[in-house]
Amino acid sequence: MEWLNAVLQGILLGGLYALLAAGLSLMFGVMRIVNLAHGALAILAAYLGVVLSQNFGIPAFATLIVILPVMFGLGWVLQMTLLNKSLVRGGLAPILVTFGLAVVLIQLFQEIFSADFKSIQAGSIATNSIVINDQIAIGVFPLLTFVVGVAVIVALQLFLSRTRSGRAMRATSDDKDAAQLMGINNRRIYALATAIALTTVGLAGVFLGIRTQFNPTYGDVTLVFAFEAVIIGGLGSLWGTLVGGMVLGIAQTLGSQINPAYGILIGHLVFLAILVFRPTGLLPKAVNS
Amino acid sequence: MTTDAVALENVKVSRSTKSSWAGLFVGVVVVLILATAPYVVGRGLQQNLVILFSLIVLGTMWNLLAGYGGMVSIGQQAYIGIGAYGLVVCGDIIGLDPFVSVALAVVIAGVISFPITFVAFRLSGGYFAIGTWVIAEVLRLIVMQVDVLGGGSGITFQAMSESMSPGRRIAYVYWLSLVAVVIAIAVTYLLMRSRLGLGFTAIRDDSVAAGSLGVRVVRSRRLVFVVSAMGCALGGAMIAASTLRVEPESLFSVQWSAFMIFIVVIGGIGTIEGPIVGAIIFFALQQWLSDLGTWYLVILGVLAIVITLYLPKGVWGLISGNGRIRLFPVGYTLKNPLEKYSLAGRAKKDIA
Amino acid sequence: MTLLKIDAIDVHYGDFQALYGMSLSLAEGETLAVIGANGAGKSTLMKSIAGLMIPTVGTVTFDGVDITKRPAHTRVSLGIALTPEGRRIFPSLSVEENLLVGAHVRRKGPWNLEKIYDAFPLVADRKDRLGLNLSGGEQQAVAIGRALMSNPRVILLDEVSLGLAPVVVQDIYEALPRIASQGTTVLVVEQDVNHALRVADRVQCLLEGRTVLEGSAGSLSREQIASAYFGI
Repeated sequence: MEWLNAVLQGILLGGLYALLAAGLSLMFGVMRIVNLAHGALAILAAYLGVVLSQNFGIPAFATLIVILPVMFGLGWVLQMTLLNKSLVRGGLAPILVTFGLAVVLIQLFQEIFSADFKSIQAGSIATNSIVINDQIAIGVFPLLTFVVGVAVIVALQLFLSRTRSGRAMRATSDDKDAAQLMGINNRRIYALATAIALTTVGLAGVFLGIRTQFNPTYGDVTLVFAFEAVIIGGLGSLWGTLVGGMVLGIAQTLGSQINPAYGILIGHLVFLAILVFRPTGLLPKAVNS
Repeated sequence: MTTDAVALENVKVSRSTKSSWAGLFVGVVVVLILATAPYVVGRGLQQNLVILFSLIVLGTMWNLLAGYGGMVSIGQQAYIGIGAYGLVVCGDIIGLDPFVSVALAVVIAGVISFPITFVAFRLSGGYFAIGTWVIAEVLRLIVMQVDVLGGGSGITFQAMSESMSPGRRIAYVYWLSLVAVVIAIAVTYLLMRSRLGLGFTAIRDDSVAAGSLGVRVVRSRRLVFVVSAMGCALGGAMIAASTLRVEPESLFSVQWSAFMIFIVVIGGIGTIEGPIVGAIIFFALQQWLSDLGTWYLVILGVLAIVITLYLPKGVWGLISGNGRIRLFPVGYTLKNPLEKYSLAGRAKKDIA
Repeated sequence: MTLLKIDAIDVHYGDFQALYGMSLSLAEGETLAVIGANGAGKSTLMKSIAGLMIPTVGTVTFDGVDITKRPAHTRVSLGIALTPEGRRIFPSLSVEENLLVGAHVRRKGPWNLEKIYDAFPLVADRKDRLGLNLSGGEQQAVAIGRALMSNPRVILLDEVSLGLAPVVVQDIYEALPRIASQGTTVLVVEQDVNHALRVADRVQCLLEGRTVLEGSAGSLSREQIASAYFGI
């Protein structure tokens, strides 16, 4: 029974990981950029949430009204300035630039917020659970996170497959010169992709901040977990990212069940095992990875 | 025959330039001077130089992997940790002579890194980078579980302190690190000057075409990865021998990768001189800005971003006039006897 | 009236010069065939009109507007559509999605999904198939349909016969008059001279980046064309 509970918690945790990873997956899918600053940007949103709720008294979920547009704008500007230029440079530039950005951001967090743990206060929703029996309880907030995670993935999928801009993004990802011939402005489409990606990161960051106490070093682990979710699930597939998130979540919670210190390590080992035995991931996309 | 045709016959392809011979001479002199340091300067300066030397070793090794091999890793700290822990295990726990322990730690790192390539190479680009980091994290987490290695709080390296006086220990560590720098640079230089280096130039342009011409792409990458791991282990051993304290959080920290990246990017990626210049700059900034806490990392990060985008050949690229001065010639140069050669860099055609 | 005018352009790929003082004039509603051997500069010319390459010297004027330096993605809204060399169908998109992307820039005109399916039944049959699963001929039909979806004033067809079986090429060229009849100006670039001549009003022959022959399709003899083509 405990094990069932662990699996359930793992699935719900997977929702958070999928939410975190969605943006990473999108940016790679559209532009082949692996954004090493992804985790740091999630933590940025989390810190914004802390500042808005603690210093301005804005309720936790209401902070999203400010944070989401800010992250959207930040994504647009980031792509138009640093990242488009790094794509033009080519080679190692995107990796080096995003890594540099990650280090700068995390160091800034250390300087401004210190290494103290903080979190966004959200009241009872963060601690309530639905109790099923004395072995199994489902936290309300993890459930909400899971639902939001799935919703974001569905929304992104619909955006890419049903909208004019989404189609333009996929076309640009396939062949950016041919896309230009269709009247698609590459630089703008990339900026839109990053803006959307960072918006989801903003959402993920705030949820992370409500769910747990965090400090600047969380920028690192968030990146690693997001990345593991994407790879386990399979590059190029948003559904894969959801599945990957859940697999990682379950691996971690089961690992913690064996020994609390082993949770993250088991997650890493499962990831490495998938890399060795099924490198294309669990739900790989056949086309254009 | 016309003069042009005669000249064409006399054109020589050579590996070295006048600046490289000058560089070699200066290099030997510098090393000899540095070797006398323990007799001349105090312990504090020696220890600082050890830090500088280890930064040069680490930067050179990261550059070997990324600048020459084309693989960006943010997980080399795994091997720094293996080198440091290897030294302590062989020196303290097994009880071998410290210098033998260093060599053994380096070999162990090589042995461990080899199977890792089979996992890591499943990924490429930015995902490869994060993958190497995950592997480093796995090693860190495993080491933290092992009590013999001190678990989460780490252990102290005692073998050298027990057998010699502090002054002597510091001097020996200093010479060790000087030798390490020379070895690291020499190995990188010889590797890149060989067919392996030429192969990598081809791989950088088009790995499929290179492969079809017989360049062993995967094998070359594997070799470079293992050598880089061994070099990082050497750096780790130097750090452990100097600081005497080995802790998983600090040795397996991704900050080492940040240092290595900044050193190489700012100094100049893809050249041997680059990491040396970068390490000096990094070290200097670290010292001067030490009062500002970790702001120096913010400054370095911004600098690295700006240089990657606007000055991709780094500071060394700027100094050397984009490759006209080559202290470590790994390319090929065409010597045309008709043209007067001058160090000021008048039209000399370089092939590579 | 002259819709497209190219005035003495030079185009370089790095150090290599592909076009030397190239000029071209296209009247609204006519069909012009640009022919020449491999490397003559035909595709470079197309790319300069579409904006994928920018001339170093000279001007490209469209409907009186100087578009020489305009980025490629802005030219579609003016009414220039290119089916690029090699088709360049988006592999991960379905046929219908490929066509819809063609209409990314919304321009008014006769062409829409229904009319494209009407004109190219081959394409209609495969509308849900992914781009990467299409044969060469199917890709070519989709590429042309995709270009038409933007309701262009001039459509540039770059080497549509390349790599396709003769039967397929036949089918494609049979569709061209239908396009011209809607009032669209057509610029066809071809190595296959026979097909080009059959659909064109005028012909321009290129050799090594220069124009070596020009005239109406009917007035030029086989021999003239052959010697211009091969540079004899």
